[in-house]
Amino acid sequence: MINKLFQHLAKHIDSFLMTCLLFTLLIGLFVLYSASGQNYSRLFGQVINITIALSFMWVAANIAPNQLERVALPLYVLGVLLLICVALFGSMSHGARRWLSLGFTQIQPSEIMRIAMPMMLAWYFSKREGKPAMADFAVGGLLLVVPVALIMKQPDLGTAILISASGFYILFLAGLSWKFLVGGVIAFAASTPILWSMLHDYQRRRIEILLDPTQDPLGAGYHTIQAIIALGSGGIAGKGWLKGTQTQLDFLPERSTDFIFAVFGEEFGLLGNLLLLLLFSLIIMRGLVIASQAPSTFSRLLAGSITLTFFTYGFVNMGMVSGILPVVGVPLPLISYGGTSMVMLCIGFGILMSIQTHKKLVAT
Amino acid sequence: MRAELKNFQHEQYYFKLRLGFSAFVVIVLFSLLAVRFFYLQIKQHDHYQTLAENNRISLVPIVPNRGLIIDRNGIVLAHNFFVYTLEITPSKITDLDVTIAELSKLVEISSLDLKRYNKLRVESRNFESVPIRTHLNDSEAAKFAVNHYRFPGVEIKSRLFRHYPLGKLGSHVVGYIGRINDKDLAGLEKSESLSNYKGSDHVGKSGVEQFYEPYLHGTTGFQQVEIDADGRAVRVLSSTLPVPGNNIILSIDSKMQEIAETAFGEHRGAMVAIDPKTGAVLAYVSQPTFDPNLFVDGIDVENWKALNDSLDKPLINRPIRGIYPPGSTFKPFVAMAGLENGKRLPPFSIQDSGYFTLANSTHRYRDWKPSGHGMVDMQRAITISCDTFFYGLALELGIEKLTDFVRHFGFGGKSGIDMQGEIGGLLPTPEWKMRRYKQPWYQGETVITGIGQGYTLVTPMQLAQATAILANDGVAMKPHLVTQIQQAISGKTQMIAAEVQDKIVLNPENIAIVRRGMMDVTLPGGTAASVGANAAYAIAAKTGTAQVIGIKQNEKYNASSINERHRDHALFIAYAPADNPKIALAVIVENGGHGGSAGGPIARKVMDYYLLGKLPEVNAAPLDPIAKPLGAIGASLIGSAVIKPGAIPEEELHD
Repeated sequence: MINKLFQHLAKHIDSFLMTCLLFTLLIGLFVLYSASGQNYSRLFGQVINITIALSFMWVAANIAPNQLERVALPLYVLGVLLLICVALFGSMSHGARRWLSLGFTQIQPSEIMRIAMPMMLAWYFSKREGKPAMADFAVGGLLLVVPVALIMKQPDLGTAILISASGFYILFLAGLSWKFLVGGVIAFAASTPILWSMLHDYQRRRIEILLDPTQDPLGAGYHTIQAIIALGSGGIAGKGWLKGTQTQLDFLPERSTDFIFAVFGEEFGLLGNLLLLLLFSLIIMRGLVIASQAPSTFSRLLAGSITLTFFTYGFVNMGMVSGILPVVGVPLPLISYGGTSMVMLCIGFGILMSIQTHKKLVAT
Repeated sequence: MRAELKNFQHEQYYFKLRLGFSAFVVIVLFSLLAVRFFYLQIKQHDHYQTLAENNRISLVPIVPNRGLIIDRNGIVLAHNFFVYTLEITPSKITDLDVTIAELSKLVEISSLDLKRYNKLRVESRNFESVPIRTHLNDSEAAKFAVNHYRFPGVEIKSRLFRHYPLGKLGSHVVGYIGRINDKDLAGLEKSESLSNYKGSDHVGKSGVEQFYEPYLHGTTGFQQVEIDADGRAVRVLSSTLPVPGNNIILSIDSKMQEIAETAFGEHRGAMVAIDPKTGAVLAYVSQPTFDPNLFVDGIDVENWKALNDSLDKPLINRPIRGIYPPGSTFKPFVAMAGLENGKRLPPFSIQDSGYFTLANSTHRYRDWKPSGHGMVDMQRAITISCDTFFYGLALELGIEKLTDFVRHFGFGGKSGIDMQGEIGGLLPTPEWKMRRYKQPWYQGETVITGIGQGYTLVTPMQLAQATAILANDGVAMKPHLVTQIQQAISGKTQMIAAEVQDKIVLNPENIAIVRRGMMDVTLPGGTAASVGANAAYAIAAKTGTAQVIGIKQNEKYNASSINERHRDHALFIAYAPADNPKIALAVIVENGGHGGSAGGPIARKVMDYYLLGKLPEVNAAPLDPIAKPLGAIGASLIGSAVIKPGAIPEEELHD
């Protein structure tokens, strides 16, 4: 009886993916406990975040991809409208305008875009099956640029990069020509000076300090320097759980959120880092397998984009903490403290599971 | 069909190709990360290991001095002083029990200290030092200093403590600070000021300490210090000085506060006195009071129980949270409502035979004077507090018009005083009753609303503010306790300007009628004639009595036969000098009986002091804030909680 119920509940759960996710989340809880200074309420808060996120994942997994396809356009339009509202009447906090007050609660429309963007583009290209023409890519590019520009304007560089990435992956997987890609890279290189002028002062400073963190050891470079010291001093096996001096003696800033990887690397060392890379790789490879087996253009593109965006998250965060990428404010997926990003990630995984598990039903 | 299939396969092929390429990129980039980790954690490990061990530069917050709270005459109501504390850093101790046992041979460590230590220990992190003893005296500090070498991980620190020199006097105004708890933390996080509380242990919890927290706290400074392997500071490298909190200067006169609190004697109750022209609150009494010093270091269970379980409810901030039926003090405002609606204009008068009845009912709404008052016009109705007159007026006005009008005087809404937790009282309307009781409004309820009975509930603050508005010809000034905010270092002061909250357009002739009626209250023949006796200035006033328990028809109220806690509340509102008001006030004496005789003398003493500088005879000694425990009255008394008639839940009261 219970077995049956469990089977029913787990019908749309991909067990391989789920195992990897749970294992990673568990590691995350241990790291968070240490990073937060053994703060139970933080830990409890994260357990609640995870519970909510997994519930959303289960719901997403139970929605068939063709139903998702139907909401792609409305969700995207809603997302863009809300972003425009944020630009017009959003509330300021920390010098950025990201939140929209609904009276009873606040929402961050850029988070909606993280799911809406890949869905929209996947939907758009699925309507142009066969070989999409150059014009289709132009439209796709426009669909991508408008919301990203609005998010850049808030400013929220981290989210803008991730959403750009999720959209770009769709364009790429839909067959954007190599010529164009190479041309794009060259164009990007050429337009760097213009982009530079568009960045906020604090963002420019971050890039400058990335190139040479010692420029400002107690200011903007402090984060990076302390994070690298934490990682480096961790050695092969790490200093042990709850024993990282960088972490416990308050040298590491933003330990529970963006810089949690430094805590992990200090306390669990290279072996821990490689284990985490392995787990991430397993999740990504599973996602790519799901994408390659997906039956429709929509689900295939969407699965590919979700997976590669997850990869981008992890790579950007670990790259930023280990000092090879600029500090752009991207949390470490599944590990960093935070509710919204956890929920959005898990909705993504839910969609992957849905694509994988509904396929069989369609095929028979 | 075939072309389509071919197309599909073609597309799939290309898709898988791109997917494969992506997988390749993922592997390459992750390998790049792995190489980076290898480089940092293996190749450069020794280098970073050394850096971590030598990571001796630590940022230590320097807690700013909290601002002082000072009354209008410069008397300090809250200040800080340094005390030695003995602190333990748990992470540096191997056996805590042994350490504490050894320590207690040097300095006394009580079970209370231990309890508090254990509580704080749970709340703080391993690497933070936690006080095990506070208020070390010099000899204890010296004793420990000699033996310091035996106790690694234990040290003497000096911490700032808050002290309220006047103790119980005006404790509801000043409020108190207490240790930061989770709720405070969440609030600080929300207001984005958490980073400014690094190193701070305390935060304002009530009164001015709470409301002006952002001004009082100051800006935390930082010291960059070199620390040794034990985490002890060896050398200061650089520092950013903290900015001390601002001093807060109150409009309260603590001498007047003392006079008022003393005048309450053993009674429970509240009084608020306001300068009607500016809205400055001159005295703010909530009786009984409590000693805020108990809360600073974390109140102990026994004291907390005593305060919290006391029937007198000393912790309730009565002026803004105590709610009472206004009784007859409501009449001047009902009178204004009548006159402004064109009703009872002179020369209108009634023949009062001692009761009022509704058209098709035999129920008698009785006047307080069974025989009636004879011929009564509006002015006289106020002076003698004629119930019959106001029963009829309220009925003719109707409940909507009545409440709509008196709402302008601040009834049924918060006064906006600079203090947290104010509740808005209750002005009943038929919609409210339907919502609350699922019953229609009855005419009889309108009738008794006319004399301030029934559902209407007011706070002492509202009553004082309404009186001030009346005294100021309808101009409502925003009530405030703080007049100046002073920078601690430069001494620069920022005045809090008087702010007009609302202007009620009133006919001067109508105001004159009501004010004349109120002036006569304190003259022979008025309900508070004794209050005005021998006064060097004219006092306009209104007495009131609010029933705590209902009295049946044909039953007589006999104060002496009724349990003390069931006696009527005495209310008294007044302003003076009547022709040029400088002070407006409201007094409520819980279970005090008649407003004029219980509340009036308190008001008179306060006004005599404020207007003439006269001190009450029993209390003529100059105010010596530190030496004399002031306002230490009422604590040992028996009394009752603020009675909330009808047991209306607080959310109904526009909290």
